[in-house]
Amino acid sequence: MVAVPVLDVRDLSVEFRTRSGVVRALESVSFSVAKGEMIGVVGESGSGKSVTAYALMGILEAAGKVTGGSAMFGGADLLKASESQLQELRGRELSMIFQNPRVALNPIRRVGLQIADVLLRHGNVTRAQAPARAIDMLKAVRIPDPERRARAYPFELSGGMCQRIMIAIALACAPSLLIADEPTTGLDVTTQAAIMDLISELARERGMATVLITHDLGMAAEYCDRIVVMHAGHVVENAPTAELFANPRHPYTAKLIAATPRPESHLDDLVAIGGNLPDLRSASLPPCRFSGRCERALPDCAQPLPRRVVGEAMVACWNPL
Amino acid sequence: MSAPAAASSPAPATGMAAFVSHFRYVMAENPLTALSFGLFVLIVFCAVFGPSIAPHDPLATDAAVSLQPPSWTHWFGTDQLGRDIFSRVLVATRLDLTVAFVSVVLAFGVGALAGIAAGYFGGWTDRIVGRLVDTIMAFPLFVLAMGIVAALGNTIGNIVLATAIINLPLYARVARAEANIRRNAGFVEAARLSGNSEARILLAQILPNIMPIMMVQMSLTMGYAILNAAGLSFIGLGVQPPTAEWGIMVAEGATFIISGEWWVALFPGLALMIAVFCFNLLGDGLRDLIDPRRRT
Amino acid sequence: MTARAETPLLHVDGLCKFYPVQRDGAFKDAFRPAKAPSFLHAVDGVSFDLFAGETIGLVGESGCGKSTLVRLLTRLIDPSEGNIHLDDEDVGAMPAKGFGGRPQRAKVQMVFQDATDSLNPRYTAAAAIADPLRRLRPELKGAELKARVSELADLTGLPQALLTRFPHQLSGGQKARVGIARAIAVEPKLLILDEPTSALDVSVQVMILRLLEDLKKRLGMSYLFVSHDLHVVHLLCDRVLVMYLGRIVESGPADKVFRNPSHPYTKALVASIPSFEPGVRHTRTPLAGEPRSPIDPDPKVCRFTGRCPIATERCSQEMPTLRRLEDGHEVACHYAELKQAAE
Repeated sequence: MVAVPVLDVRDLSVEFRTRSGVVRALESVSFSVAKGEMIGVVGESGSGKSVTAYALMGILEAAGKVTGGSAMFGGADLLKASESQLQELRGRELSMIFQNPRVALNPIRRVGLQIADVLLRHGNVTRAQAPARAIDMLKAVRIPDPERRARAYPFELSGGMCQRIMIAIALACAPSLLIADEPTTGLDVTTQAAIMDLISELARERGMATVLITHDLGMAAEYCDRIVVMHAGHVVENAPTAELFANPRHPYTAKLIAATPRPESHLDDLVAIGGNLPDLRSASLPPCRFSGRCERALPDCAQPLPRRVVGEAMVACWNPL
Repeated sequence: MSAPAAASSPAPATGMAAFVSHFRYVMAENPLTALSFGLFVLIVFCAVFGPSIAPHDPLATDAAVSLQPPSWTHWFGTDQLGRDIFSRVLVATRLDLTVAFVSVVLAFGVGALAGIAAGYFGGWTDRIVGRLVDTIMAFPLFVLAMGIVAALGNTIGNIVLATAIINLPLYARVARAEANIRRNAGFVEAARLSGNSEARILLAQILPNIMPIMMVQMSLTMGYAILNAAGLSFIGLGVQPPTAEWGIMVAEGATFIISGEWWVALFPGLALMIAVFCFNLLGDGLRDLIDPRRRT
Repeated sequence: MTARAETPLLHVDGLCKFYPVQRDGAFKDAFRPAKAPSFLHAVDGVSFDLFAGETIGLVGESGCGKSTLVRLLTRLIDPSEGNIHLDDEDVGAMPAKGFGGRPQRAKVQMVFQDATDSLNPRYTAAAAIADPLRRLRPELKGAELKARVSELADLTGLPQALLTRFPHQLSGGQKARVGIARAIAVEPKLLILDEPTSALDVSVQVMILRLLEDLKKRLGMSYLFVSHDLHVVHLLCDRVLVMYLGRIVESGPADKVFRNPSHPYTKALVASIPSFEPGVRHTRTPLAGEPRSPIDPDPKVCRFTGRCPIATERCSQEMPTLRRLEDGHEVACHYAELKQAAE
């Protein structure tokens, strides 16, 4: 890849201070997103995928701290930017949509106004133009009867429509990067497909880079160009989608794929992933956080994790498949 | 976004050990709570042992030493009848605390139960309880208390009753709101599937869940109740002289401030202030202690 | 429906549940004569049979009436019309209010979707599991009760040490097991599972699904499995019912319904399942429009019109009823035989 990636995350590490110790939530997370690319950050709960997104946006909770790494976006390091610099970027160049759309919208403000707010703050749009532009956005996200819906409150709209509103808000100022954190969890299956189709299409139209965070491997397979697999705060594999599924290299990736029900699978085909996540507070965490549950563990696995690059794929494993 | 939970967390201590360690944690994190808890222990101590450790007889008059400023023999000075103010303040703790405690328990007992029934069942229960509560709240509460005591008779028992009645609405409303939120919770439906009757669900499933908020309420109400009892006594209703009670002592001392004998009113007033302060702070600390979910 | 010799464990016939709704009242309406009340048809004429040992899947989007149907079947609410026969007894006629005191209460139990919400935060796991036993098996006391709770923990793969923990100290998978242990405690014949794994990670989901299969065989239960995850339904269920706006629009063996969906809605559902072939996307005709209102629906108009890609005049004049396509496979659509061009 010759082109400079839109987002280039290197060695991002995040810790949380809790009563029972320091939780090393992320360790040396690296990945990059090119213009127009959609990458899927896939992992189970506790993998750190949402923490990654929050760290990039600068909205980690008070107990969380970035302890290392860089995230180059448009020539600046997001992790070292000041709050005011981040506020300029958020909404304009860098947007995020969240999991529960109803909760993420202001319940006492009409949705059209919420879209207009972003336009006015970041979009070089005058007060007079804002309402019309808001309706344009509603049309872009395929909300029927946009003039009327713009005056609705979130509680009057269905979950799917609220999610579309959130997408409209996120894309109003044509950002170059969109982070979507589980955007379809909780929505009906048909709505999920419609929303993902919409995001995918808008991203393509606008040449926008997208980071899709999801636990749904199937969805990632369908929409993402590249998949980053995370486990317990580490990136374990990073490969183009087709290659990941045809030829998973990390044992965890293989197990994840094997555990996901697919169109032709039977219950006996599915394989549970044994063991538990390691305790991230532990002082004696092994360098490979999967080694405790891995059947292919070697004595080598006690060494710091390698990053093996094979063609366009990366796998962090001493004994890849 | 919360810190990621460790999936294989070590077994947290349960039972007494857990309670003690959690207690220590809450005290350490929150110096104000520790302070208020310390004060609370002190107040209870005074209430229980006050009469036994008072240096002078609180009712003993001695005209010769009336209106003496604080000294080594009389730490808080003496009042117009020569009684030792320190002893009186100490002994009054028991009365004020008891009155407040009983009225809070009554207010909680009746108010919370009525409230959760109203919130859980809705319909007519809600309407009736709601109107009763509204009626009480339509009056300026202190005036209502005055009215009740005046109508029913000037006794300590009636102060308790009056204080309980005027504090009832608060419990009813909070309990109603909490029960309403939970009436369709998953665990309530699960309880129905398990064969629990509605009454049992109310008492065994919902009530335990609202106890943390109720504890905060009770502690806050203790403060109000003490002030209430003292207020009524201040205006001459309820407690009669020569009984030692903070409110009545402040009333008696008020007349002497102008002539420069500040100690007669100040010390009972301080006692009132410290007690109310203590209970207000305690409420928050109690909630942290009791709610299992807030334990990290 | 293929006629089977034995009586079904669960026989549901013409089940309806209507909720009265208040029209948005403007102040000026307060003085007008009362209009006829409106009703929301949450469940509108559902009929099916479930035979002992079967697992039937129930799929449909939010608002289709699955939760109401589930609450009717577990007797938490009363039907407006229709029958529910469980184990040859008319449980539909027994009012929901006192149902907890009847012996039939133990015959049908439920595993909830959100294990966190369905566990009382102030009850330990042991207390939660013991609750139905205390109410419905009062003969078990003291040591016997404890032993039974331990046994249930073992059956569901819950480590004994976790029994003294509170829900917030348990992981998602552990809470799910507590919910299952509680549901099977009184040995129900019919277990209704309302999205039991939707909140769980994939790795945990496999274990829970296996556990459910295992328990079904060991304890001789039958399942009604409600889920939006069509893959999981396909995995676990013998037959599938597809619900839309209170009615069943398609029913049949899981394999047939998923491989050969015949109702336009089922087709849309199946098309939205990710294909797992990277880059290949089903050509989906997105379901345009919003679902019809479930309030006072016109009994002659098919509920799917307005979103249906193949609706015609006939669909607004004649309500399609469930009719047999082939053995065991029924569809409520006038044009079920039509193959869509896009497929």
